[in-house]
Amino acid sequence: MEEKKYSRIGERMFHTVLPNGLHIYVSPKPDFQKSYAFFATNYGGMDMRFQLDGKWLDTPAGVAHFLEHKTFDTEDGNALQDLAANGASPNAFTSTALTGYYFESTEKFEENLKILLSFVSIPYYTQESVDKEQGIIGQEIRMGDDEPDTQVFYGMLEGLYAHNPVKENIAGTVESIAQITADTLNLCHKAFYDPGNMVLCVAGDVDPERVAAIAQEILPKEGHAPVARDYGPTETEKAAQSLWEKEMAVSTPIFQLGFKDTPPEQGEAWLRWELLGDLACEALLGTSSPLYARLYNEGLVNEAFSYGCEAYPGAAFLCAGGESRDPEAVRDAVLAEAERIGRDGVDEGLFQRLKRAAYGSMVRGLNSFENICVSQSTAHFNGYSYLTFPEVFETISKEDVEGCIRRVVTKEKTALAVIRPKGGAV
Amino acid sequence: MATVKRTQLMPGVFLTSVNTKKFKSSLLSMTLLAPLKGETAAVNALIPYLLRRGSEAHPDLQSLSAALDQLYGGAIDPVVRKKGEAQCVGFLGSFLDDAYTLDGSGVLAQAAGLMGELLLRPYTQAGAFCPDYTRQEKANLLDRIRAEVNEKRQYAVNRVLEEMCREEPYGVGRLGREADVEAITPQSAWAQYQALLAHSRLELYYCGSAEHDEVCIILQRALTGLPREGGYEVPETVVVPSAQAPRRVEEAMDVAQGKLTMGFRTGGITAASPDYPALVLCNALFGGTTTSKLFLNVREKLSLCYYASSSLLRYKGLMIVSSGVEFSNVKKAEDEIEAQLEACRRGDFEPWEVEGARRYTVSSLMTMLDSQGRQEDWWISQAVAGLTQSPQELAQAMETVSVEAAVAAAKAISLDTVYFLKGMEG
Repeated sequence: MEEKKYSRIGERMFHTVLPNGLHIYVSPKPDFQKSYAFFATNYGGMDMRFQLDGKWLDTPAGVAHFLEHKTFDTEDGNALQDLAANGASPNAFTSTALTGYYFESTEKFEENLKILLSFVSIPYYTQESVDKEQGIIGQEIRMGDDEPDTQVFYGMLEGLYAHNPVKENIAGTVESIAQITADTLNLCHKAFYDPGNMVLCVAGDVDPERVAAIAQEILPKEGHAPVARDYGPTETEKAAQSLWEKEMAVSTPIFQLGFKDTPPEQGEAWLRWELLGDLACEALLGTSSPLYARLYNEGLVNEAFSYGCEAYPGAAFLCAGGESRDPEAVRDAVLAEAERIGRDGVDEGLFQRLKRAAYGSMVRGLNSFENICVSQSTAHFNGYSYLTFPEVFETISKEDVEGCIRRVVTKEKTALAVIRPKGGAV
Repeated sequence: MATVKRTQLMPGVFLTSVNTKKFKSSLLSMTLLAPLKGETAAVNALIPYLLRRGSEAHPDLQSLSAALDQLYGGAIDPVVRKKGEAQCVGFLGSFLDDAYTLDGSGVLAQAAGLMGELLLRPYTQAGAFCPDYTRQEKANLLDRIRAEVNEKRQYAVNRVLEEMCREEPYGVGRLGREADVEAITPQSAWAQYQALLAHSRLELYYCGSAEHDEVCIILQRALTGLPREGGYEVPETVVVPSAQAPRRVEEAMDVAQGKLTMGFRTGGITAASPDYPALVLCNALFGGTTTSKLFLNVREKLSLCYYASSSLLRYKGLMIVSSGVEFSNVKKAEDEIEAQLEACRRGDFEPWEVEGARRYTVSSLMTMLDSQGRQEDWWISQAVAGLTQSPQELAQAMETVSVEAAVAAAKAISLDTVYFLKGMEG
């Protein structure tokens, strides 16, 4: 395997690609008790329309997530139990553009890795177990229906996008998952759970060559290129609707602001967009910004305020949200501050401090194996290496940040989603 | 292997430090221990948030943020925890480890200085807390208390605890009661703050690359001027060994999914008991893992819910079962949960269940050594309970504890209170 050293941040990363197209990354962590393996496919909630064997197929919302639940089933039982019996903590998640299966364990790493690679790559879906899962996932969806943070985030996406499937609920709806059959799952497994569309990332006190050898032994010898997907027509630059509202049993209004941007190109440009987006948020409304201090002092935001940026195929946005008695006032204040920064610029001292702080936070984030593996997998699918962030970060100037705020944080690109207390209060 | 050392720095001030080079960050916490009481819970919960607003040298949020940004984006967060019947208030800080700064400057000494400054030299007006800050933080605390209802899963757990311990201090919420928040003045908060500083046990915790002796010196300097006027007892927790006839509490709210929580007494077994490893094994077998009886039966076999799990409150001798179910299925779920506990009392275990529960428990204790945050919580909790057992030592005990002992623990468990959050009528 090829080794890359990132001495400034004290990291190393081994990389290789198998003949079947699977990319493998290993981050050696000799002093730790646990090892962590993350096996992911470039397939998430937004990948609903795709081409397989020359035909375009449409699938209901929620298939990627449903598949994730059912993939643990094996001919002999359930892989979750096999891993847990070895003391491993296995789990999986489905996000907008990725499905990942992982475990962490302190013993029997190689045996656990074999189980992971095997159950994810061998489909075993029966109609009986699919029918049964409708009940469990139905309850998961109902749970999400009661979670204001989940609801308000989807509301913001609904506000920003006219048709991009980024806005679809990853778990689907009780109605959409009712359409899923064992055939649907087999088809999607064939399309997306192919080594050529997947990545394996491991962190821990492990031998990188052994990881590659085990993957070579367990996985199919051949793979195919990733299938083509369709995310609908290109979105306009403007938000589809400026305000989305809903009432729920909450104590105070909960809001999410979204600012729609043009999606970045794959490769280093993608990483640069994310780093720039984060810094733009920090400068505009981050906890060190003059705007945040003002909003906090006026009681318009509290410690629940958070912000960030996300990029997907055909969709990219900055966002900020939390609790506020007057979400519209927060939105107006953010837009006014963006206009001021567009005119007067960001304070040089503040910019330098923010950069230093962001660097420190990212390096501290490397304590987490999950963060390293998930970030590197996402990076791989978007064409860059995560650990190059310090170098790319250095190239970002104050003018870049000002330009980003000027470009993205404007009235017509803004969507506000608000969950209001039902009947005025609980 | 990391070494854990404990030293008394001043009267009633103890430092627990873990020396290790494996993390990219250092973690530092300062925690005052107060007895959990209805009358003082709210003001104690307010104090760290008030202190975090500003110090003599950094009188507002912006100057504090600037100082933290300069320390590579260090974080100092107010923390309010409930450990047994002790309310633990203070600060939790995370900083870039000195090895990774860009200019080789040391972060730890400055970070500790800043945290000490926040604890000891707050920004004041007319000899008490600043009235503006007090008003704003009271409003934020009220929001925080009221917002507990927003997360229904946790809310249902809080409610069952409140109901079952309504005649014990443990029934008091971590953040206190709304009416007590309203009554706080800058002067009353100041008086309570002075009392806490002078008479409370102060627990300090550090994990990072600095040697114990160096940390002692740094913290002694950072805490110069701490008033010490006697007292310093660690608050005691009263354990009620077993329940009377079970009580049922139902509440209706506008929710999509019902939440069923069941509170049990553990027969007096706590983290301090010789039988504690048996209780841990019992909980893992019953509902603590994905190989547990609750997961495999209530979720997988009967598809009644997305989650059904049990957890221990180890210093108070309680076990809580938490589950999200369809309203109409609540009786079925409750019966099944009781039936599974009965199976544990009969010792109805397959060898793989026992092995799975044991491996899972050992692994989750050992991986604690890979997380600075989890280790901090462990050692602060142990300090509150007056215990010195390390996660490794408990892991060792888990290797040898017998199934018979776990069965005995299951027999000691009794149901105290059932709480059900249901939807509105009709």
